[in-house]
Amino acid sequence: MVINKDLTAASSTPIVLAILAEGDSYGYAILQRVREVSGGRMEWTDGMLYPVLHRLERLGHVEARWEVSKGRRRRKYYRLTSRGRDQLAEERRQWQAVDATLRGIWRLLEPAGHPASATLVPSGA
Amino acid sequence: MTEHGEAVSLEDQIDQWRSYLRHRRAIHAVDVAELEDHLREQVAVLTDAGLATDEAFLVAVKRMGDLDALSREFAREHSDRLWKQLVVSPSDNGEPHAAVRTDAIVAFCLAVAAAVAVKVPALFGFDLDDDAEFYARNLSLFVLPLLTGYFAWKRRLDVRTLRWLAVPFVAAAVFANVYPFESDGSTEVLTALHLPIALWLVVGVAYAGGRWRQVDGRMDFIRFTGELFIYYVLIALGGGVLTAFTVAMFDAIGIDPESFIGSWLLPCGAAGAVLVAAWLVEAKQSVIENMAPVLTRLFTPLFAAALVAFLGALVWTGRGVEFDRDTLIKFNLVLIVVLGLLLYSVSARDPRSPRGTFDVLQVVLVASALLADAVALWAIADRITEFGFSPNRVAALGVNVILLVNLAWSAVLYLRFLRGRGSFASLERWQTDYLLVYAVWSAAVVVVFPPAFGYA
Repeated sequence: MVINKDLTAASSTPIVLAILAEGDSYGYAILQRVREVSGGRMEWTDGMLYPVLHRLERLGHVEARWEVSKGRRRRKYYRLTSRGRDQLAEERRQWQAVDATLRGIWRLLEPAGHPASATLVPSGA
Repeated sequence: MTEHGEAVSLEDQIDQWRSYLRHRRAIHAVDVAELEDHLREQVAVLTDAGLATDEAFLVAVKRMGDLDALSREFAREHSDRLWKQLVVSPSDNGEPHAAVRTDAIVAFCLAVAAAVAVKVPALFGFDLDDDAEFYARNLSLFVLPLLTGYFAWKRRLDVRTLRWLAVPFVAAAVFANVYPFESDGSTEVLTALHLPIALWLVVGVAYAGGRWRQVDGRMDFIRFTGELFIYYVLIALGGGVLTAFTVAMFDAIGIDPESFIGSWLLPCGAAGAVLVAAWLVEAKQSVIENMAPVLTRLFTPLFAAALVAFLGALVWTGRGVEFDRDTLIKFNLVLIVVLGLLLYSVSARDPRSPRGTFDVLQVVLVASALLADAVALWAIADRITEFGFSPNRVAALGVNVILLVNLAWSAVLYLRFLRGRGSFASLERWQTDYLLVYAVWSAAVVVVFPPAFGYA
């Protein structure tokens, strides 16, 4: 399943903020975590993560610092700020509202007795 | 052995990929470093999983995504980066930080030196107001040797070249000061006007370094001159605002700063600004779009329209050009502007690009300027003997002839190019070779005119 561009873009902010809420991290590890958590369903183009991180940095939701890792390579780490935490809480409320709405609608569409997964794929698709 | 070979090729591949990224304006060096860290980790993980290094590299690059799309994303996030920053940042042009700093320090010291040089004659009792003629004659000698020195240092010219460069400055100092000029005489004014032009060529030799004999080297000097002029005008505008503020503020507390401004701020600032402007052009040439060609593009059609309208009005009304003392000078100015427009569109044009409307427009501009000048020359030809050959009139006529010859042959070369019979390079060569003519003529006016006209 390929998730469309708009949905990927919209969900990238809460996902990145949530992963950073677990602890400081850097680009590659964040992407690994996304794959893990989504069970491989979210496939981001690697490079595209960085403009997202930079936007969050500009907005003050995350802070960046350079660290020299083992092997003398410089690596840019990101940390969630308190503003980022607030933003995450806000995003979470919004996504929960969207989620609740969608669940309600799926239930209405669902003919009695059929499992939900069968109706997820629209007929004719 | 193989492992070693593979490791080298991976570094090469990463180098190549890195330099490819660096060319993207929206992606800065720090971002490249961040992306490179990502790429290296991805490659390491893939090789651990059993892939060969080059395969791992290909997969990692592929996963990074399309570079065009990536740089678009970066541009969207960092839209300010598309506006080239006017602050000189060393990471942009790849020069080491220390070199950029040294360059700035040297330029700043030379600017201070120029500012001081302007005030040195005051130690010997020369005053800016009372000895205005002295200052006018020697104006270029306060600044241009230092500017030449800046480029001599930057281009690491050898001692022998330096000696040759010093000769014209010494000669200029002699000719500007030993002639017994009559006060308020026109030969003195002509010397003051022509000496900077002659010495500017010396600056050019230093600027081009060893490339003075090549068309490219001289063309770069022409570009430099145009950019320097624009930077200087901008700095002068800023200086004007600064002066106005200073006057207004000190006026409010009852102190009149005018004498300080007139004898210190203005002359010292004007001298130092030349070096600062030169340094800015040098530092920024790779970073901002050259302004002179942009202005040329904008004004070539407008000037062409104005000249064609003038010619049309001349024919329509049947009026002749009225001759007065300044007619020749006015038409000289027209020719200089047209030449400037031609020069800076030539300097910006890629010789390989095909002929276009703008080229036709250029020819229309030059041709109409030539026609207008011919009409003016025709009108005053029979009157000039009547008025006699004053130094001013001979100088003006000389400049007119020099510009006329240049533009006429340029028009011929341009037409040949438009009809596909000549290359654009021949026009470039003609323009860059002609620089010498201006310098020789200016030097002749400085050296020959005063004695020839009895220092009047």
